[in-house]
Amino acid sequence: MNDEILRVEGLRKEFPGVVALDGVDFTLRAGEVHVLLGENGAGKSTLIKMLSGAYHPDGGRILVDGAPVEIRTASDAQRLGIATIYQEFNLVPQLTVGENLALGRPPRRFGFVDTRRMHEQAGELLRRVGVDVDPRTPVARLGIARMQMVEIAKALGLNARVLIMDEPTAVLTTTEVERLFDIVRQLRDQGVAIVFITHHLEEIPQIGDRVTVLRDGSSVAEVPATTPEDELVRLMVGRPIDQQYPREPAAPGGTLLQVRGLRREGEFADVSFEVRAGEVVGLAGLVGAGRTEVARSIFGADAYDSGEVLVNGSPLARGDVHAAMEAGLGLVPEDRKGQGLVLGADVGENLGLVTLRRASRGGFVDRPGQRRAAAEVARQLGVRMSGLGQEVRTLSGGNQQKIVIGKWLLAKASVLILDEPTRGVDVGAKVEIYQLINSLTASGHAVLMISSDLPEILGMSDRVLVMARGRLVGELAAGEATQDSVMALAVTEVEDARVH
Amino acid sequence: MLVSTNVLQRKPPGRKPPAAVWLGENGALVALVVLAVALSLLSGDFLTVTNLLNVGVQAAVTAILAFGATFVIITGGIDLSVGSVAALSAIVLAWTATDAGLPWPLATVIALAVGLACGLVNAALIAYGKLPPFIATLAMLGIARGLALVISQGSPIAMPEAVSHLGDTIGDYLPVPVVVMLIMGLITAVILSRTYSGRAMYAIGGNEEAARLSGINVNRQKLITYALAGLFAAVAGIVLASRLASAQPQAAAGYELDAIAAVVIGGASLSGGKGRAFGTFVGALILAVLRNGLNLLSVSAFWQQVVIGVVIALAVLLDTLRRRGTN
Repeated sequence: MNDEILRVEGLRKEFPGVVALDGVDFTLRAGEVHVLLGENGAGKSTLIKMLSGAYHPDGGRILVDGAPVEIRTASDAQRLGIATIYQEFNLVPQLTVGENLALGRPPRRFGFVDTRRMHEQAGELLRRVGVDVDPRTPVARLGIARMQMVEIAKALGLNARVLIMDEPTAVLTTTEVERLFDIVRQLRDQGVAIVFITHHLEEIPQIGDRVTVLRDGSSVAEVPATTPEDELVRLMVGRPIDQQYPREPAAPGGTLLQVRGLRREGEFADVSFEVRAGEVVGLAGLVGAGRTEVARSIFGADAYDSGEVLVNGSPLARGDVHAAMEAGLGLVPEDRKGQGLVLGADVGENLGLVTLRRASRGGFVDRPGQRRAAAEVARQLGVRMSGLGQEVRTLSGGNQQKIVIGKWLLAKASVLILDEPTRGVDVGAKVEIYQLINSLTASGHAVLMISSDLPEILGMSDRVLVMARGRLVGELAAGEATQDSVMALAVTEVEDARVH
Repeated sequence: MLVSTNVLQRKPPGRKPPAAVWLGENGALVALVVLAVALSLLSGDFLTVTNLLNVGVQAAVTAILAFGATFVIITGGIDLSVGSVAALSAIVLAWTATDAGLPWPLATVIALAVGLACGLVNAALIAYGKLPPFIATLAMLGIARGLALVISQGSPIAMPEAVSHLGDTIGDYLPVPVVVMLIMGLITAVILSRTYSGRAMYAIGGNEEAARLSGINVNRQKLITYALAGLFAAVAGIVLASRLASAQPQAAAGYELDAIAAVVIGGASLSGGKGRAFGTFVGALILAVLRNGLNLLSVSAFWQQVVIGVVIALAVLLDTLRRRGTN
């Protein structure tokens, strides 16, 4: 086909001890959205890193416009018109939007940066992606969705013909995803070829044209985007997954966590709810509704102004993580790498972090005991690793998340607050995490689960709480919660607790 | 539909042959051995008991300071004040024992307390005042050196005789500074690998927020970390003054940089979370062996500085390359 821009043939990449890619074939046409699908570790990241010049292939070839090319550096990729938007953005937060868009090649006049022209050009690019941002705004002041738009504008500024987007929807709310899709469709219609990576299967028919499925480093299938979800899952994991949300409700017991009238100036107000033993309570809402702030305050990671938190009937000291831990609370934070793990330390060390103090006598740690306990919990959770000595940095997202949860299991936490527990986790590992939640509630634990993934909230919660603008705006029983009823609450017009 | 029948044999990632792992973690030790072999071939005087013990004495003060700096660097901090604190502690010991006439054991305790206190002030500025460690300890570098000059009025003070024995030798050949160095090294190794505080230091240096959310009282652990650095600096200062039989207000100036160099050559990362007592020990020995060897080979003191600078850059460069290779 003559509108084919990019072709990858039999691509192969080895790392010491691991074959990351072995025989990947992939074609990309102008004006299509091509979804790249696969579990974590299937080789998606390795593939896009080779297209963007971060890695060099050990075998196979890459053709652009029918001619074989070598992409050795990021500037090679740029010259070929290939731009990549990673999950971690490549923006300088302190600089303005305009400066970021012109980074490294600002328009100059008599040797000085021509600020006015720079901002004019930036404004034009921003209009092309249809985002309403003043080019003079510092990037740090933008939300994540708008930063992403700026990244897209930056790629267009480099005359990208191939735009690779690595899980762009993972951090966006439903409405933001809609906006993104509009922009992606518009770019597609302008003839840009888009490689789109996502873990959200329901997005594929909405945005994609074709799907290439990777499994264990090889491309196993190329199918149309209209392929049914269960077929896609079967291709991805190589076996059918019976149920995406295998919630097994447990009989609720006594109240474990009570939150009464929690308020923090400018963030949230009047937050009151309870979680009982054996329950999974879902906390839904748009990003920025104050869910994470409430969770961190309950756990003592941040302070609050008034209200109280009771665990098992006893009030908890404010802003004291250690007291919360001792009372039986555990927090799995939303930012796994930034807040949940010591990436450079090994599996055993990370699993034992919370229990370090309890395993100490007279200041000395019982390390063999810690190791034994860590080995036991890693086995229970089915962490796929070479051993307790493996650096957690090198584990997949799902296995990393199991370790963050595992350290609270070791600490025997009775109330677990899970903030976006399956973000960036592949389908197979997701189901394992859900099963873990099931076994926790079956043994009398209470779970408060924050999630921006609506199907997950609906599939796993026994009750759904909805927050909007810093307030709790509704509670739905599992039976009456639907995508529509939750979203209707999430966008409720309430007096904003965040502005005073 | 395109279906590949490739079945991939995947080994668990991150596993390397044991020899490669050992080499990677003990690069500094290999360098030290190579250096020692080279020097014994180049100079007949190098591989003698007297000379090696001399190297040990030369290394002792730097090593003790560096052990203290290891705690700080593992938490991701830096302590520029250890040289000044060493001098201040020694001056305080000499002054309280001679001018103030206190018994020497009491004077020693006061000197150690001064080192500890300097560390606590550093930590308070860093943990509660939120000053960057570089700035807080830079301030302490000036303050401690200034106080040493104020107390001594700029002149050396004789050390009490009883304490000066720290500079002697046991049984005519084993120098006491070497013994003190080994004891302090052992204490460092035990603290880092066996105690709650030691393990917490690694966690804080690796990811401070994750450590805090795991219930570690980060501020308290920082107090302990910098207090240890201050205490170790006091010990180093007393050992140095004992060897010279007098406490000098300008002693150990610039030693903080040697200490940091020893820690980094020993494999620690200035971004935190990595470092070992044994590595630091080897790092300090490399610096001392290098100086000693260059002296034996009659290389001028000026060129010695150039060589040592190059070695520090090479050591860290090799470490960086090795890391890049594994990632």
